[in-house]
Amino acid sequence: MSDLAISAGSVRRRGVSSFLARNRRISLGGTVILLMILAAAFAPLFAGDPDSMNPMIRLEAPSAAHWFGTDSLGRDVFARTVFGGRISLAIGLSVAILAVALGILIGLPAGYYRRFDALVMRVMDGLMSIPSILLAISLVALTNGGVPIVITAILLPEMPREVRLVRAIVLSARERPFVEAAVAGGARTRKVLLRHILPATFAPLTVQGTYVCASAILVEAALSFLGAGVPPSIPTWGNMIASSQLYLGLAPWNIFFPGVALAVLVLAVNLLGDGLRDHLDPRLARSL
Amino acid sequence: MAAYTLRRLGSTVVVMLLVGIFVFALLHIAPGDPAAIIAGDNATPAEIASIRQQLGLADPLSVQFVRWFWHLLHGNFGISIFSDTPVITLIGQRLPATLSLTVLTIAFAVIVAVAAGVLAAWRAGGVLDGSLMGFAALGFSTPVFVVGYFLIYFFSIRLRWLPVQGYVPLSHGLWPWLSHLILPTVALGLAYVALIARITRASMLEVLAEDYIRTARAKGASTEAILFRHALKNAGVPIVTVIGIGVALLVSGVVVTETVFNIPGIGRLAVDAITNRDYPIIQGVMVIFSGAYVIINLLVDLTYTLIDPRVRY
Repeated sequence: MSDLAISAGSVRRRGVSSFLARNRRISLGGTVILLMILAAAFAPLFAGDPDSMNPMIRLEAPSAAHWFGTDSLGRDVFARTVFGGRISLAIGLSVAILAVALGILIGLPAGYYRRFDALVMRVMDGLMSIPSILLAISLVALTNGGVPIVITAILLPEMPREVRLVRAIVLSARERPFVEAAVAGGARTRKVLLRHILPATFAPLTVQGTYVCASAILVEAALSFLGAGVPPSIPTWGNMIASSQLYLGLAPWNIFFPGVALAVLVLAVNLLGDGLRDHLDPRLARSL
Repeated sequence: MAAYTLRRLGSTVVVMLLVGIFVFALLHIAPGDPAAIIAGDNATPAEIASIRQQLGLADPLSVQFVRWFWHLLHGNFGISIFSDTPVITLIGQRLPATLSLTVLTIAFAVIVAVAAGVLAAWRAGGVLDGSLMGFAALGFSTPVFVVGYFLIYFFSIRLRWLPVQGYVPLSHGLWPWLSHLILPTVALGLAYVALIARITRASMLEVLAEDYIRTARAKGASTEAILFRHALKNAGVPIVTVIGIGVALLVSGVVVTETVFNIPGIGRLAVDAITNRDYPIIQGVMVIFSGAYVIINLLVDLTYTLIDPRVRY
């Protein structure tokens, strides 16, 4: 009896490291994301001041003093790149979490109540057909912008995919024997939805959530680049690139470093998503 | 088929109506007086009053919406505040540049992506497959404007092979037109190529595992015949679906690409309208782009039977 317990424990402990070794995309993507979150969180401790201007050192090439060079106002590109990650990560994560939450909140009843379903699905079709960048541009033109507006603007066109996913899972789960058994046993609808159907959505939603996060980071960067994103006083990878476009020939590092940071972060999130997808449900790989 | 077409047309009309409601509602949900928003920051009270009159803001919202939508259907998209020109005229002037860019991009992306996807599926698990799919993952993760500036830096500034920015109409000659569109097409198309190539590979892999592929191979069909005649034809439906869905990606990309490459297209029109808070223009561009997306996906749905006669509605 005790032998069995010990072996189960050691299997579990070996499990974590062998899991990471077997799923290289999850460990690689996860490590890069974790490093970027740590860098963004502790930015004030090591990156220096992203806003201090110095006209004496405008557009300097990367050096020991300024690892990523300086921009047209003499600001340190390294500091701005590290601080810029904060907005990308914060918006990517909050849009992903909100999209998943709304997906569950709207998708669960939509999959269960036919009337509600028809209405919700048409509204989702409509939302999906409005290009996210244009929706954001119009929201920013109508209001005064700011982070909550940017999050709303990215969330609205992203959320329908979550709703559709949850609804599809509910539709197939309600035909399964264990749900029928619960209904036959007299369980109330609320309980059937929350206790028996909801857990089936967790794995696919985790995967889809990472894709939403990647997509939200890209849209935020594009909005900042177009001048329709967060206020220009906050450094973001998008507005760093926009404000340096005139100096592309003179000081390409101003565009290179935030551009590479953006691509690496999105690639890492997508890798994590692909790895999770293949690990959690190989069948899902084909249906998505 | 006829019944399906009708049903599909019906749902397209419903979706367009909903898009109209969203676009209309945005102006009225936003805090503040719609007339003041439309009139802009420097408007006099008299101008605001005249816009209120022109929009009929005193009427109930439903009446306003029906009137607005009715005007849309007749091509009346309102009047730009900044230039005092009908929005539809401005969009018309910008249409050739945007159409050139998008049509070239779709053609380029579909050819490159389907070829890459078929090759990757043929050599699945090998080095070619690995590098093609690695490249696709990178293309899918790099924003349009980053790719755009990298291309401009290497091909225009360093190598001086292609013009840096701008647009030249087709009427000024084929090469001047094309040379200005090569870099924008590649930048805009990269994510789209990645998306289509991944689906093509997945769909081809599924088909290549079928019995009739083994049969074709057994009777001595050549590799090209198996890949393109037998497999690609049967793998077509998911590929065409993703080409349609991917247009959404393209539309958002057009706005950014036109800004990076300084192309006077419809997307650029909307971006310039942000600074002037020219809301009628933004509204018009939203309706046009959403409409294009909905119609392209309607056409895609209706072509399924042409690609695959087994599809029944």
